[in-house]
Amino acid sequence: MAHHDTLNGAEILLKALVDQGVEVIFGYPGGAVLPIYDELFKQNRLRHVLVRHEQAAVHAAEGYARSTGKVGCVLVTSGPGATNAVTGLADAQCDSVPLVCLTGQVPTHLIGNDAFQEADITGITRPCTKHNYLVKDVNDLARTVHEAFHVARSGRPGPVLIDLPKDVIQNRGEYQPPSKVKSKYKPQVKGDLKAIEKAIEMIAHAKRPIFYVGGGVINSGPAACQLLTQFVRMTGYPCTLTLMGLGAFPGSDPLFLGMLGMHGNVEANMAMHDCDVMINIGARFDDRVTGKLDGFSPKSKKIHVDIDPSSINKNVAVDVPIVGDCAHVLEDMIKVWKAKQCRVDDKALKAWWSTIEGWRGMDCLAFENSNKLIKPQYAIQRIYEMTRHRNPYICTEVGQHQMWAAQHLKFDLPHHWLTSGGLGTMGYGMPAAMGVQMAHPDALVIDIAGESSIQMNIQEMATLVQHRLPVKIVILNNQYMGMVRQWQELIHGGRYSESHMNHHPDFVKLAEAFGAVGLRAETPGEVDGVIKEMMAVDRPVIVEMRTDASENVFPMIMPGMAHNEMVLGPEDRSRDKPGSEQDGMVLV
Amino acid sequence: MTKAVEEINRHTISVLVDNESGALARVVGLFSGRGYNIESLTVAEVDPREKLSRITIVTSGTAMIIEQIKNQLRRLVPVHKVQDLTIEGAHVSRELALIKVTANGEKRVESLRIADIFRARAIDSTNESFVFEVVGATDKVDAFIKLMEPLGLSDVSRTGVVAIARGPNPI
Repeated sequence: MAHHDTLNGAEILLKALVDQGVEVIFGYPGGAVLPIYDELFKQNRLRHVLVRHEQAAVHAAEGYARSTGKVGCVLVTSGPGATNAVTGLADAQCDSVPLVCLTGQVPTHLIGNDAFQEADITGITRPCTKHNYLVKDVNDLARTVHEAFHVARSGRPGPVLIDLPKDVIQNRGEYQPPSKVKSKYKPQVKGDLKAIEKAIEMIAHAKRPIFYVGGGVINSGPAACQLLTQFVRMTGYPCTLTLMGLGAFPGSDPLFLGMLGMHGNVEANMAMHDCDVMINIGARFDDRVTGKLDGFSPKSKKIHVDIDPSSINKNVAVDVPIVGDCAHVLEDMIKVWKAKQCRVDDKALKAWWSTIEGWRGMDCLAFENSNKLIKPQYAIQRIYEMTRHRNPYICTEVGQHQMWAAQHLKFDLPHHWLTSGGLGTMGYGMPAAMGVQMAHPDALVIDIAGESSIQMNIQEMATLVQHRLPVKIVILNNQYMGMVRQWQELIHGGRYSESHMNHHPDFVKLAEAFGAVGLRAETPGEVDGVIKEMMAVDRPVIVEMRTDASENVFPMIMPGMAHNEMVLGPEDRSRDKPGSEQDGMVLV
Repeated sequence: MTKAVEEINRHTISVLVDNESGALARVVGLFSGRGYNIESLTVAEVDPREKLSRITIVTSGTAMIIEQIKNQLRRLVPVHKVQDLTIEGAHVSRELALIKVTANGEKRVESLRIADIFRARAIDSTNESFVFEVVGATDKVDAFIKLMEPLGLSDVSRTGVVAIARGPNPI
């Protein structure tokens, strides 16, 4: 048989991935994808990272995608392989991370038959992917893959799943290059110029302005971050960033007010509350940012730039909506600003900054250091000071350590901060760091973790060792699910229901058991030493720091409260106020 | 917020989608997943060459919710066009119902008389039953069913609303 102009489905798939610029696949084999793994074996264009659990493959692809701006790629088998990937897909959907996840499926004639390792994964993932496909004919395969990459990276990015029945990847068919595939999916990237002009007018006349910037600017790319920085500096207005936006504007710039929201800085939250013009660029008025909606920035006119029209007027009604890509809109904003020769109101701005400096003077992130117990904030500050010269990539898990990292680390560059924001996935950080290290082999990649989160995907230590990925994992071990314990202390009368794990592994021995390096610091005096040692080792390292178990994250906007009702610290009496349940909002 | 903004109104939304497997599930899943309600939903292929289906949805909510529904629908990859017929100008909407009435004697005669008034056609009949076909706006169909109730209404099957804009322009 002459098959000179046809390929089998697995060959078509890999050719399409290469044509889409894929270099690394994170995956785990199984029955339904064996033909694909067989083709992978025969080629050397694509590298494969063998994870230990499919959830980690997706987080690793997220880490790869978020640190490079490229589309991450995942390959897992049918049934349990695919369902294990669901948490990662939901995470990528919440945080708008571009991924293509390839799942095996039982042969088409068995679909719907309750076959071995069959799961209706397109059905299961419909609400937690940007889009998904079930390929039923090998001749649709190349087109589908090209379209999936286009959908994943265009507009508001997100995860796309392609379900591949085993017969489809075994049958022979024709390959189509990306140039032959035209997608109907074309999101709007240019903002409406009339709206931009109106926004500029408003920005120029502001007396108490603030830039409120989110991950959309980072997703838009480094150019957008540069344009944002340029525009903010042109105006001299204050700028606050969301958890997802950290790095979009230089953290060391004096115009930066720090992160805002539930654990945001006083100056950022107060400025949001008291501003008269809010310039939201690529943020989505998340409930962790706004607090109580009817107390949210009550005196301001609001401008909202977002590539996703459904983010506009969803939680907060805005005065000037602009649908478009942040880079395009910022470019136009700067053009209009220059063309109109806009001038800021110097006198008003000076008064506004002096108010802000008053809040800043409260030094809300200050904490009482100890020379007996390692304060988690101290540990993070030392990590920052001792590693900043290497521009590290920082990943986190989810909880108190994540918030302390967001508060105390400063990011001058985008794409260097990776954290699970929207979904809040414990177990995200280490696999994400794995993906970052794959993309940046020579970079310093650190996962700041809690002892609870790290155990959700601890098996990936083996992946790090196997692939020689020298990720540094710093576990701030306070013996508790810290954020759960904090809420129980502040909201549930100190009843610590199931938030204390009274048994943990010996993390040093655990690291060694995996073939990695284990280090431990038990007193503040040992902190610098272990950080130094960790950086000197060119292998995966777990550093366990035994931290003060009683420390809580402050400032904090209690659930149901507004930006100007922050609890500043353990002595602040305002924390005795119960959260309200206005608007029928349930406290979460 | 003002009262006018909070007011809940009924909207008829017309959605043009690729006629592919899963497209309807995406639309329906969006409504259930985000807690929007569906009062009526119809779907059928309308352009076999381009493989396009039209979904007509009747839903209700505040202005902000309706705006969200439309934007969320536009976000779906197989969705080509979303139009809110309720605010985009005059439109006509109709539904069709098949109504089975089981009755004898005077009630049977009365059901025929009412059917005549409503321009409903009997499309099946036996000695003790009729199946009427009635076409009209939703309230007309509602009224007809209500009148049939005391006369031996036994089964109702309705298509749900289909709608189109008035005038020469395509929607």
